[in-house]
Amino acid sequence: MCENIYKPYLMVIDQIVDETADVKTFRLKFKNQEDADKFTFKAGQFGEYSIFGEGESTFCIASAPTRKEYIECTFRKAGRVTNALANAEVGDTVGFRGPYGNTFPIEQWEGKNLLYIAGGIALPPMRCVIWNTIDLREKYKDITIVYGARSVADLVYKHELKEWEERPDIKLITTVDPGGQTPEWKGEIGFVPTVLEKAGLTSANTIAILCGPPVMIKFTMPVLKNMGFEDKDIFTTLENRMKCGFGKCGRCNVGKLFVCKDGPVFTYEEMKVLPAEY
Amino acid sequence: METIKKLIRKQSLEKLYSTLSASRKVYAPVVAADKRVEYKYNPAYAEVTFEHIQSTLSVKNVVFPKVENLMYYTNNKVDSTITDIDLTKIPEVVLWGSHPCDNSAYDVLKSIFCWDIKDEFFAKRLEKLVVIGLACHQSDAYCFCTSVGLTPNSTKGSDILLSKTKSGDYIAEILTEKGNAIATASPDLFENANNEEAVITEVKQTFYHEQVTEKLKTAFEHPFWVANSLRCIGCGACAYVCPTCACFDIQDEAKGKEGRRYRSWDSCGFGLFTLHTSGHNPREVQSQRWRQRIMHKFSYMPDRNKSLGCVGCGRCSRGCPVDMNISEQLQALQNI
Repeated sequence: MCENIYKPYLMVIDQIVDETADVKTFRLKFKNQEDADKFTFKAGQFGEYSIFGEGESTFCIASAPTRKEYIECTFRKAGRVTNALANAEVGDTVGFRGPYGNTFPIEQWEGKNLLYIAGGIALPPMRCVIWNTIDLREKYKDITIVYGARSVADLVYKHELKEWEERPDIKLITTVDPGGQTPEWKGEIGFVPTVLEKAGLTSANTIAILCGPPVMIKFTMPVLKNMGFEDKDIFTTLENRMKCGFGKCGRCNVGKLFVCKDGPVFTYEEMKVLPAEY
Repeated sequence: METIKKLIRKQSLEKLYSTLSASRKVYAPVVAADKRVEYKYNPAYAEVTFEHIQSTLSVKNVVFPKVENLMYYTNNKVDSTITDIDLTKIPEVVLWGSHPCDNSAYDVLKSIFCWDIKDEFFAKRLEKLVVIGLACHQSDAYCFCTSVGLTPNSTKGSDILLSKTKSGDYIAEILTEKGNAIATASPDLFENANNEEAVITEVKQTFYHEQVTEKLKTAFEHPFWVANSLRCIGCGACAYVCPTCACFDIQDEAKGKEGRRYRSWDSCGFGLFTLHTSGHNPREVQSQRWRQRIMHKFSYMPDRNKSLGCVGCGRCSRGCPVDMNISEQLQALQNI
């Protein structure tokens, strides 16, 4: 029999975390130990997750490659597949194929400060690289995470935000949009670009990793430029609709580049020359 | 291998056809009741046409079916299972009488399906395909193979290429080992060729594809796209008749616990093609989708796949419900 590149691994849902009202995180374990043994991935890569009978959906692998034996994904209940996934329970079988796409060049970042900036549901695609670099903490200088959401209820990974906040070797700045705060909220109130501007951070020897909704990117880029970041030192991870995940089905391209093959990780230097097809 | 030139008499052609169709599936063009030309598996020889200019649909489905199952599954929540597709069961198919444009498309498709990881669904079908091509002795105003670097008698993609002679016999150019195996299995049907002359149609060159490719490098934001696609209704017919369009969708279909995952032809002309779940669409208007079609075939593919994504068959223009003629569009594009 020939190798079927569309055939997913069978995975078991090991754990489900309700992040917000409509966002969940699944921890998935390989059903077959052989699959688990040969599976490797790097931070930034994604996969196709499926519920048999409903279809496949694309998400980044949200757990770190340094955490073996499982992968995690975080998704918002939005379409046919994600609704079906949201209805699945611990112990159910789902499909997963991957890993696909390129990776964050974390080896090249060694010895530098890392500034992670995320908005809303865009923290999950960055969580993998965040944990990966935290797990290799001694290789990096300052690690700063700026994370904003519409409201306190919309913040994902609440238990991890607490953990990051308590760690002396990580600087975490959380913010919610004006009006999105609760009486107990101790974080910032304001939009990510404004909060970033006020944070008094440096671009010296620093890599910025940015991911968020288009409007956040649009207003954060000038702030990063004002801080003195060069285009080659600003990284992001793009999303486009995908089906195959390996450059054949023809829909995720941005100009001549495939998000699934040449991305999803791009530097701002690379993105600048691309047409706005994302 | 080095090309061997032989002659097949008119009456020998029928014998060759019967020999081939006795042992395998032969996919050959016939004229349907509504006068359209379509390909059928093992039609009677009397039905097979040698006079077609172009079939309505291309023959890419022999290597890339309209709908193809990728796996079967049982969804039992906890104990779901997958049943793989047995690709060793793919039959050998002889494609009979397809034209050089269509036959040239297999290399283009290969550059998509096998450029990185190999798609065995496609690769196996191509491996099992033998192509007995037919050079074009007639053409119409929609044909533009000569504008994309091909000719009405290009041998690319054929294992044997037949060219009609004035006397109605056929010159057979045996081009590959696969073709040679067929020829050597029926030695009495392949005579030595003398100086018979093939009748080959003339197809006028209407644009220079190198110039189009060059122009496209800087034409992304040009008003040309909006101006020239206002009448496009986004029906996707161009992609469905195209021999090189390979974009596909993947969907699940289940009845109760049993189901299949399949891929099916898709088109960049559809708004849903790139629509994000969030509602955002990177190509939200038709002009952006029309631009994608041209850019993909004439700019991105030459750049990445080292191959144009067009073979000049003209089907997209013949089949377009609003008469958008690609060759005219590219002539115009060349001069913007």
